[in-house]
Amino acid sequence: MLSYIARRVFIMVPTLIAISAIVFIIIRLPPGDYLTTMMNELQSQGEGANIEKIEFLRQQYGMDRPAIEQYARWVIGLLQGDLGWSFEYNVPVAQLIGQRLLMSFLVAFTTLIFTYIIAFPIGIYSATHQYSWGDYGLTLLGFIGLATPSFLLALILLYLANVLFGTTIGGMMDEQYLGQPMSWAKFLSVLAHLWIPVVVLGTSSTAEMIRLLRANLLDELQKQYVVTGRAKGLPPGRLLVKYPLRMALNPFIADIGSILPHLISGSAIVSVVLSLPTNGPMLLRALQSQDMYLAGSFVMLEACLVVVGVFVSDLALAALDPRIRLQGGAMR
Amino acid sequence: MNDSAASPVAAAPERLPHFVSDAPFDRRGGERLSPELERYYRASQWKMMWWKLKRHRLAVVSGAILVVMYASILFSEIIAPYNLNTRHADFIYAPPQPIHLIHDGHFIGPYVYGFDYRLDLDTLRRTYTPNLAQVERLRFFCLGDRYKWWGVIPGRFHLVCPAEGGTLFVFGTDRLGRDMFSRLAYGARVSLTIGLIGITLSFLVGITLGGIAGYYGGWPDHLIQRSIEVLQSFPKLPLWMALSAALPVSWSPLYVYFGITIILGLLTWTGLARAVRSKLLALREEDFCTAAVLMGASPRRIIGRHLLPSFMSHLIASATLHIPQMILGETALSFLGLGLRPPITSWGVLLTEAQNINVVALYPWLMIPVVPVIVTVLAFNFLGDGLRDAADPYK
Repeated sequence: MLSYIARRVFIMVPTLIAISAIVFIIIRLPPGDYLTTMMNELQSQGEGANIEKIEFLRQQYGMDRPAIEQYARWVIGLLQGDLGWSFEYNVPVAQLIGQRLLMSFLVAFTTLIFTYIIAFPIGIYSATHQYSWGDYGLTLLGFIGLATPSFLLALILLYLANVLFGTTIGGMMDEQYLGQPMSWAKFLSVLAHLWIPVVVLGTSSTAEMIRLLRANLLDELQKQYVVTGRAKGLPPGRLLVKYPLRMALNPFIADIGSILPHLISGSAIVSVVLSLPTNGPMLLRALQSQDMYLAGSFVMLEACLVVVGVFVSDLALAALDPRIRLQGGAMR
Repeated sequence: MNDSAASPVAAAPERLPHFVSDAPFDRRGGERLSPELERYYRASQWKMMWWKLKRHRLAVVSGAILVVMYASILFSEIIAPYNLNTRHADFIYAPPQPIHLIHDGHFIGPYVYGFDYRLDLDTLRRTYTPNLAQVERLRFFCLGDRYKWWGVIPGRFHLVCPAEGGTLFVFGTDRLGRDMFSRLAYGARVSLTIGLIGITLSFLVGITLGGIAGYYGGWPDHLIQRSIEVLQSFPKLPLWMALSAALPVSWSPLYVYFGITIILGLLTWTGLARAVRSKLLALREEDFCTAAVLMGASPRRIIGRHLLPSFMSHLIASATLHIPQMILGETALSFLGLGLRPPITSWGVLLTEAQNINVVALYPWLMIPVVPVIVTVLAFNFLGDGLRDAADPYK
């Protein structure tokens, strides 16, 4: 097991390097940069005071140097925990990102739990009652969940929540709790706002999970050992949970890796609609104004989150199923 | 069973009549096939796939819906009662006009009621009430707004037009008084083709790279595998956002359209490449492949001519399942304002109008563009499922 972990960690390093290179290329793709735009603006307004500061920033981050050197500075900075400077907000990126990343993580994690709680029973029901009306209905519901654009679902739920429960629109909590210390009322307020993004984000991944679990479980249920168990008089519930379900779970855990990027992508757009303080809206803004270090660090951190997520799911899989870690080499 | 088995034995002691057939002896007589069986055995792979697909009712219906939708984009100008940008200054945010058939107990064919318009001076809201006395019969196969068919052939023939002096807003109008239905019909052109072009792109890239990785193995395989892993560990939407933000603002709408298509296509080839690779790895060990190598066929010919056709059907099925992702991706990007921009009209661009909660509360018909999106995505999903089941007809 230890050598397996070491091997996986070793593979992660070149992956992360490649990711950082791609991110850097992408955020430098648009012509011009934030500082030049700002400098032109300031000069046209006849202001001289801030130009010195811009010049300083330009020096600091080596904007006048060749791209390869800028990249090297950025990566070294990343390794030292210096994420760069947000030109638009005029603070270090780390300061901006910290809290938002926490919120993103909270939303993603809650959604993951929600997905499992919903997808599990439904998937098992669909598989054990194949071709029943319940199965058809739930499958159809799942398909519609897959097909609806999430942002629209978010809008509609937001409206309904406002009309039915009087929840305030947008944000993560009621305004009076902003900046307040954690309390029971604040917690409830967060909860009242959190369910919308969780439901919206969870819908499509839940639908996918249900389909996956149903297909896997159906495959398992046809196997000989199930027939044997049944013939020996094992109670149906026990028979289901003890063997086929355990087998059907394998790909389920492997899927955490692919569901994480999905959740993070989804939260980007849903947060814009719901104006949540997660990283989606800020990334959008940063991309539009070419605030390159902010945008770059966001994409980079999210990619890292995904890499780590895949790593964790691989470890869980290897722990559960010895065949996988003995096989070695290519994963997933 | 016992009875029938016993009777010949019981009859055996009596002399059986001696019979000799004088027909010429046919050694293969037993192997002869009935016409139906022969048809079955001789059917090509594609024909068998079609037979199997036909049994999948939902997939066939979905396929038919898609064919109709794609056929409609050929004639958007004719189907839409108005032009893409025809403005009706008197009918801003007008609600949908339902089509009726029977008025006062008399059948008078499809018609709509005209609007009474009133501006609420307190809230500044426009209110439209149907005027039940004003019956406006629709005209069919009529002359209406002038257009250029695909921007080339001028015409003014429409499938359906409003009554003379009347209006026809089946799905209501937007903030400039433009007919939503017409805009939807035009938007289909962009939204539906973006998926097709994108999938073609990712298909080409996926087959080429997956083919190289699977056939050659070794370091090209490793390189391609690693780059697939890197690409897959990006959260898709932020990457799409970053890439489309990188498209120069000065580009013409047509370039932006192709730019977005390429972005969507370039990030979805990974799944296809993986599928191609794993199939090739298995197939290149088969005898027919060795035979082709011994006969001196080039790798390109072996991959293209011998290996690919044997799992093309699988590829098509999984490609079908990828198209909806692209359509949804385009919708999301346009919604965020990073994708297509007016004057290019897609369903996603139309949905940008439905961006705030006021729309949901006051003008819910602006959300109608989501219906064709859902229908298309569902249809592609069902068709893809059916194709996947049918892809291996020999099972």
